Amino acid sequence: MAPMYGKGLRELSIATVAVMAVALALVFFWAPLEAEQGFLQKIFYVHVPLAIVSLCGFVVGGVFAIQHLRTRDSRWDMRSYVAIHMSLIFGVATLITGSIWAKGSWGHWWEWSEPTLVSFLIVFLLYATYQPLRFAIEDPERQSRYASVFAVTAGAFVPLNFIAVRLSSEYLHPRVLGATSNLPWQMSLTFVVSLLGVALLFTTLCKYELTVKHTRMQLRALRRLAERRDGATSGATSARRARSAAPSVHATAMTARPPRAAGGTTGAAGAPRVARPGS
Amino acid sequence: MAGSLLAELPALPLHTAGKYVAGAYVVLFALVLVYVAIMAIRQSRIERDLAELLAREQAAAAAEREPAQQESSLV
Repeated sequence: MAPMYGKGLRELSIATVAVMAVALALVFFWAPLEAEQGFLQKIFYVHVPLAIVSLCGFVVGGVFAIQHLRTRDSRWDMRSYVAIHMSLIFGVATLITGSIWAKGSWGHWWEWSEPTLVSFLIVFLLYATYQPLRFAIEDPERQSRYASVFAVTAGAFVPLNFIAVRLSSEYLHPRVLGATSNLPWQMSLTFVVSLLGVALLFTTLCKYELTVKHTRMQLRALRRLAERRDGATSGATSARRARSAAPSVHATAMTARPPRAAGGTTGAAGAPRVARPGS
Repeated sequence: MAGSLLAELPALPLHTAGKYVAGAYVVLFALVLVYVAIMAIRQSRIERDLAELLAREQAAAAAEREPAQQESSLV
């Protein structure tokens, strides 16, 4: 059965909006004001969940990449790509919200001597090279393989980096979670709800992007089949895939029972093989 | 109902760090909004391509039907 990425998207979207709304209500109207920072501490409920979800997304991208390398199934590459792409967006939000908090708390936007900030920036910049790496490789097969190796290596670097920062003794950045944390239960509950909301937002947006990408690829495969049936040469077709950093899922992986009379050459599983760009 | 509920809510101390907190939350929602807008553009492109493909298929089906009708009228 072909995967249906759009399945459950509506329920997930509703759940995301509901949890985010509850989280905002808790943040602004229920959680107590922090004694030292006062109202500025409210940024903590958006900045920390964004950072956690972003880092977890990078690791999840690495796990999907392992699956891709194990199975050679391009759908795992697609999932890895989307997880990393979304984590980068969340990473941008983490850096911006963190900078705003730093300006309000420390008086300047960035502190280069602070290991937590710099280490997150290093991870972010490392992953910022992921898309250019993909774009630099034209052959889709090699592109997905190299990207998966990158995602696995960088994914392993994320927890190591996190541990290294936790071991650091000289820091300005507050330690929110762990042995030194002393959050009242109202703040802890609000934080957990915010984290859940951001995690749901991440999942929903990933699912949304997967659905759109999958639909576009199915449409492209359908157009190729129509053009082949009409006798058009594959090299001159309008549906030819332009050079892209986004992964390509082969038609064999997208269609469960493709029509045999479609005109394409039949693969081992009885599915028509779609010509890859450059082939 | 909503008015009385709002009146019951505690006042936010916006004067202290209101602009920073507002800035942080606005950044998150602006990013999500931009992302959703980009997705909506992609979705409309898919819709356009699908309509194009459908029109093409309908034209091909009509072209197939035409010779068959001519043959039946000759008989």
